[in-house]
Amino acid sequence: MVLNNIEQLIEKYENGETTLQEEQRLKDYFLQDNIAPHLEVYKPLFAYYKANKQETYTKAITLKTKHTNVYKWLTVAAVAILMLGFYFKSTQNIMSADNDLGTIQDPQLAYKEVVKSLELISKSMNKGKATMGYLETYNKGLSTVGYISELEHSSNIIFK
Amino acid sequence: MTQSEFLNIVTPFKDKVYRLAKRLLVSNEEAEDATQEVLLKLWANKKKIEAYKNVEAFSMTMTKNLCFDKLKSKQAQNIKIVHSNYEDKKTSLQKQVETTDSLDWVNKIIETLPEQQRLVIQLRDIEQYDLDEICKMLDMKNTTVRVALSRARKTIREQLTNTHNYGIK
Repeated sequence: MVLNNIEQLIEKYENGETTLQEEQRLKDYFLQDNIAPHLEVYKPLFAYYKANKQETYTKAITLKTKHTNVYKWLTVAAVAILMLGFYFKSTQNIMSADNDLGTIQDPQLAYKEVVKSLELISKSMNKGKATMGYLETYNKGLSTVGYISELEHSSNIIFK
Repeated sequence: MTQSEFLNIVTPFKDKVYRLAKRLLVSNEEAEDATQEVLLKLWANKKKIEAYKNVEAFSMTMTKNLCFDKLKSKQAQNIKIVHSNYEDKKTSLQKQVETTDSLDWVNKIIETLPEQQRLVIQLRDIEQYDLDEICKMLDMKNTTVRVALSRARKTIREQLTNTHNYGIK
């Protein structure tokens, strides 16, 4: 009776029609010792399934936690702020220069201003020129040196 | 989600993931790598985990796809690794040798099956999943799963009878 039942179950099993409960019954039957000789073939199959189910994953699970690097983003922010700072600073300089170039609209006044600045230049230029007077004494010294060459000339004649 | 919460979700089925990976990739090391990868992917997308209806089924599908990718990858095509899973056998009693030998036979027979059938056998006969769950995991129709299962079981039985009766009949 039991054997008949098992045979039917095997038939169903091979057609893929058994339920999980029925398969469990098959497993229970084949994992015990007393099996009908003609069904002995199935024994290793179910033993294998059972043995396989006991295999476990033994490696430790290592999980990487993502910690966002604060310093990295801090440096990025610092660089950004620095560059923005330079950008605004330079644009500001150009703006102010554009607005006030010191242009004088009145021609009379402009003429006066030009004369004033030119006088300033010539005054300081003359001051510089006055110090150049020393150069004349240098020339004088140079002419006295000329006598030495004459002396040499005469000594050449003597030693010839 | 903290690490311990994640581990609580993952622990019940991590062995199943490993076994499925091993069924497809054969070697222990490859299967361990695949499992690790699956778990890390889950961890990386931990925010989405709550949205999934069935994390376990989802992970199994992921494992299946990852293993197929690995099998198709260049690495797998270039190097043919002989997978020898070494084990130390403490007591090599005649009986034990015999049973492990017959278990090895089953293993070898299952390895010769097409991937689809291997998957179905693994999920149904070893992990004992419901047919509907298997359908979802493998993205297959109910009847297709049934047919694959039936074919796989019949092939295994035929091969087993052949080896069982070898030299006798």
